[in-house]
Amino acid sequence: MTVAIDRATGKRSGDRGPRSGLGRRLKHSYQKHWYAYAMIAPVAVVLGVLVLYPLAYGLYLTLTDATSLNTARTIGVNEIEATYKFIGFDNYADILWGETSYDRFWSHFIWTIVWTALCVALHYSIGLGLALLLNQKLRGRTFYRLILILPWAVPTFVTVFGWRFMLADSGIINSALETLHLPSPAWLEDTFWQRFAAIMVNTWCGVPFMMVSLLGGLQSIDSSLYEAAEMDGASRWQQFRYVTLPGLRSVSSTVVLLGVIWTFNQFAIIFLLFGNTAPDAQILVTWAYQLGFGQQPRDFAQSAAYGILLLGILIVFTSFYRRWLNRDEQQLAI
Amino acid sequence: MSTTTVQQSAGGAPVPAIAPASAPARRRGRRSAAGSIVSHGLLILASLIALFPIVWLVYLSLGPDKDDYLHPGGIWSKMTLDNYSFVLQETAFFHWLQSTLIVSLGTTLVGVVIAATTGYAVSRMRFPGYKKFMWVLLCTQMFPIAVLIVPMYQILSSLQLVDTYLGLILVYCSTAVPYCAWLLKGYFDTIPFEIDEAGRVDGLTPFGTFFRLILPLARPGLAVAAFYSFITAFGEVAFATVFMLDDEKYTFAVGLQSFISEHDAQRNLMAATAVLIAIPVSAFFYLVQKNLVTGLTAGGTKG
Repeated sequence: MTVAIDRATGKRSGDRGPRSGLGRRLKHSYQKHWYAYAMIAPVAVVLGVLVLYPLAYGLYLTLTDATSLNTARTIGVNEIEATYKFIGFDNYADILWGETSYDRFWSHFIWTIVWTALCVALHYSIGLGLALLLNQKLRGRTFYRLILILPWAVPTFVTVFGWRFMLADSGIINSALETLHLPSPAWLEDTFWQRFAAIMVNTWCGVPFMMVSLLGGLQSIDSSLYEAAEMDGASRWQQFRYVTLPGLRSVSSTVVLLGVIWTFNQFAIIFLLFGNTAPDAQILVTWAYQLGFGQQPRDFAQSAAYGILLLGILIVFTSFYRRWLNRDEQQLAI
Repeated sequence: MSTTTVQQSAGGAPVPAIAPASAPARRRGRRSAAGSIVSHGLLILASLIALFPIVWLVYLSLGPDKDDYLHPGGIWSKMTLDNYSFVLQETAFFHWLQSTLIVSLGTTLVGVVIAATTGYAVSRMRFPGYKKFMWVLLCTQMFPIAVLIVPMYQILSSLQLVDTYLGLILVYCSTAVPYCAWLLKGYFDTIPFEIDEAGRVDGLTPFGTFFRLILPLARPGLAVAAFYSFITAFGEVAFATVFMLDDEKYTFAVGLQSFISEHDAQRNLMAATAVLIAIPVSAFFYLVQKNLVTGLTAGGTKG
């Protein structure tokens, strides 16, 4: 895993020399590593200016009652001073256990969790199934692969509109369902079907990435393992369970983590599919956006507070996930 | 990606397993006809599902009337390319193209240039604070847009940068830069350390090694990082929708939404624009997609 050797200088990072005073050690560390710090400086500066400063500012905003009516703004030639004030943790308290907090936060929270879990499970299982199919010696598999990758190749904001045409009231999907004498649901109006449609579209968009990554993983499994398993009389299922799945472990752990983060933060699909018309189908990210920019007056403070809560959820999840992944290993990968 | 292919059969005919592993007649290389048909059937079904929404969009873009999507059968008889010529001549298509390109290319350039040295440093050097730094890089990739959008809007509006290309580029850099650094680290990890060591022996400084030896070798990696930041900036919806107010400065992601307003829904024109946007991007995507996946997963697994 992490090789503790400084390959640029060829020195072991443990070779610190005799322990001396703190000042000496700092100076020593600076002399040894100054080029490393110089090389990461550009990114560190950019992160500081573009990420950490806005983050700190956003954190401050969540402790105020800022809306678009009391922040500093310019109307024509008049500059209006900001008049919002500090209110402590009231925003968080209001979101988490204030009145109607179920409708405003917890219902979206539950839906976001369901959405993330279902979408990632579908992405992964369909992706794995297709990868297994493509990993056989099959005529035309390059051709299949190129077609199956298409939903990923076309920008999401384009394909979502294609789906919107298809899901519209008298669109092709409902016409087809009617021809088959099946009920034709109101995909873009009824809450349950909105959620169904959102998951469907997101699954369609997200499977190719999983498929391609897992196919790469499958191809890197040593084929002699399968031969050995066969010699030992393993059935096909046993081969899959004890050779394929463990062989995919490192690829899977990465793509599942990426998939969870991306799906949790998936903005474009729900926003473009429903716009402002579906308050109940909004996941937390789109809901926070709607509070901050989709309504008048814009509620900046609450929107920012949702953002911080979301980030908190993700960071907690990621730390647990990584700890769980590394449970067998001495040293954490990161 | 290695080329060894594991041949998996969907139930093969029992053949005595004495045959040497490399012989062509080995059992797992064979498949029953039924298994093969099932595989083809599933793949064809999946391909149709993958293909249909896009084919449908292309088909609808040929219908002359904005409500043609409701009775698609009629489009066959009156197929026309009028939508395309209208979009190219009468709408702000080329303005959108221009602003999309400015913003995406700007993000790409800044992202890759800034991230390159950092990717190298975190790939080769272990300095105090290394793990924390990697953790920060990872965390910034999971920022939901909701965290930064409000403070960014406030900061940019106080700097008068709302509705400017520079503002949007800066916002996109907040995700593109850490992402590129992460991706490039994965690529630099694949370049043998011996090359660095050779450079050191010949008396190059770490910077010299990086610029003269590693950077030229890393061109494919740089290309993937560049392409990925381009694609992300190209397809971003939320920030572009909030920060771009002037309809001549819309990026495609915003411009496409503007076809459907409360009063009017010009779906035929929208479909045509969507197709025009999708063709070059998708073609380009196919050229680099293989490297893209390798880069993505490599960066993540080799912490």
